[in-house]
Amino acid sequence: MSDDTPDKTANDLSNLTVGGHRSDPEFFERVNSLSGQNVSLCYQCGECTAGCPTAFAMDFKPNQVSRLVQLGMAEEALSCNSIWICVGCETCATRCPKNVDLCAIMDALRQMASKRHVKSPETDVQSFHEVFLSSIRKSGRMHEAGLIAALKLKTGKLTKDIPLGLALLKKGRLNPLPDPVKDKAAVQAIFGEAQTPGEDNGRQ
Amino acid sequence: MGASNNSELTYAYYPGCSIHGTARDYGLSIDAVCSALGMDLVEIPDWNCCGASSAHGTDNLLSAALPARNLAIACKMQMDVAVPCAACFNRLAVANMRIREEAELRQRVETALSQSYDGSANVRTLLDIVINDAGLEAIKEKVVRPLDGLKAACYYGCLMVRPPDAVAFDRPEDPQILDQLVAALGAEPVAWPHKTECCGASFSLTRTDIVMKLTGDVLRMAKRCGAECIVCACPLCMANLDMRQATIEKVSGQQIGLPVLYFTEMMGLAMSLPGVESWLRMHMVNAGGVIRRLAAVQDMSDPALVSLP
Repeated sequence: MSDDTPDKTANDLSNLTVGGHRSDPEFFERVNSLSGQNVSLCYQCGECTAGCPTAFAMDFKPNQVSRLVQLGMAEEALSCNSIWICVGCETCATRCPKNVDLCAIMDALRQMASKRHVKSPETDVQSFHEVFLSSIRKSGRMHEAGLIAALKLKTGKLTKDIPLGLALLKKGRLNPLPDPVKDKAAVQAIFGEAQTPGEDNGRQ
Repeated sequence: MGASNNSELTYAYYPGCSIHGTARDYGLSIDAVCSALGMDLVEIPDWNCCGASSAHGTDNLLSAALPARNLAIACKMQMDVAVPCAACFNRLAVANMRIREEAELRQRVETALSQSYDGSANVRTLLDIVINDAGLEAIKEKVVRPLDGLKAACYYGCLMVRPPDAVAFDRPEDPQILDQLVAALGAEPVAWPHKTECCGASFSLTRTDIVMKLTGDVLRMAKRCGAECIVCACPLCMANLDMRQATIEKVSGQQIGLPVLYFTEMMGLAMSLPGVESWLRMHMVNAGGVIRRLAAVQDMSDPALVSLP
């Protein structure tokens, strides 16, 4: 077996698997470029998970999400509930000894999941973001009462928080009328530019 | 953040979407306090939503361009930008930093806005401006009703102090500025570990269970550390701490009863500004008990205030 010829498959990463799961090196590069981070710097100390206020509700903990990205495991990273349960509090980004902003990585993963139409296991959270942005797209400002009503229609949870809503109305803290921007065209131009073609519409 | 660009206390004001709705009490108290301190808040004409809490998890360009439209308008006003909401402040500051640092993104933002914008607006929280520009000494001079050692837990939340490279206005883990203000008003800031723990923010409407846990932890810790009230500087924090408190009590079977005040409301109380009673009436958790505790040692001749629920 004196085989001096290099193994031709050694540098071919297209069929790389990790524990039986397909690994996609391009995914790793894409997350880095979209988030502006270098996920390779993460050495899995777990500080992010230790301080994360919502880790208890995540299927993959924050450091595990970072690991999924390092290993190029796109399917797992984009379909886990963690990317939707991250509340964006920036505690991990503040404490990371390697200055990796995991919140930015979570943002990038959410953006990729949305653009690739990966269904979120957190349907209400995803609906919230859709309803929120569609409200801004239409009127340039978020109208709280309108947002709550639209969210109810979208999620079908019609009776949730009704007493609270009524109490707010009574106290003059829910404005029944929206207060849109005047220059709606300017806001729509921003949304239009966001939809120009490009892979995940991100940096690069 | 950086020192003021203004010789006079005039600011480009970014009120944000909650200020005419769920945070109307905050808006009214801001107007009253700033006017009493001789500060002039000029609303950014035709401002739009900054995109919090959804744009940054949906699209990179949206997360930068929505804030940038406001900042480009503010830049022309040549004033520092005053932002009362921690979430808006965070989104505006982060977008601004990225526009300065990422040439490609800046180019796309400028295309979206059809104008140039270089990220040069000075984005500041209203809390920073009130304390560092108007100044604690000027505030102390206006205090006519010192709050007599009222024990207050100063709650900064997440987004006003993090991430430190973008917002850089106080210590990210143990901020001090609100504690200094509260002390200047004659109240006593309690030492407690949850100053910057997250309340659950926009999960209020979707994963209310998470908010109940996180906000419940904050409230219970404040209580355990001897606080009689919580002071905050963000409509989203207020929404969770105040609006969800009754449900948290019901579910946990544990009475909390901690009134939550915006820092401007507490200033209004100490400065005896007209309207305080009407702002506090908009809250879900009654503040009357705390007011009467103060009234017992203070001269509070205002019957409307003392008769608050």
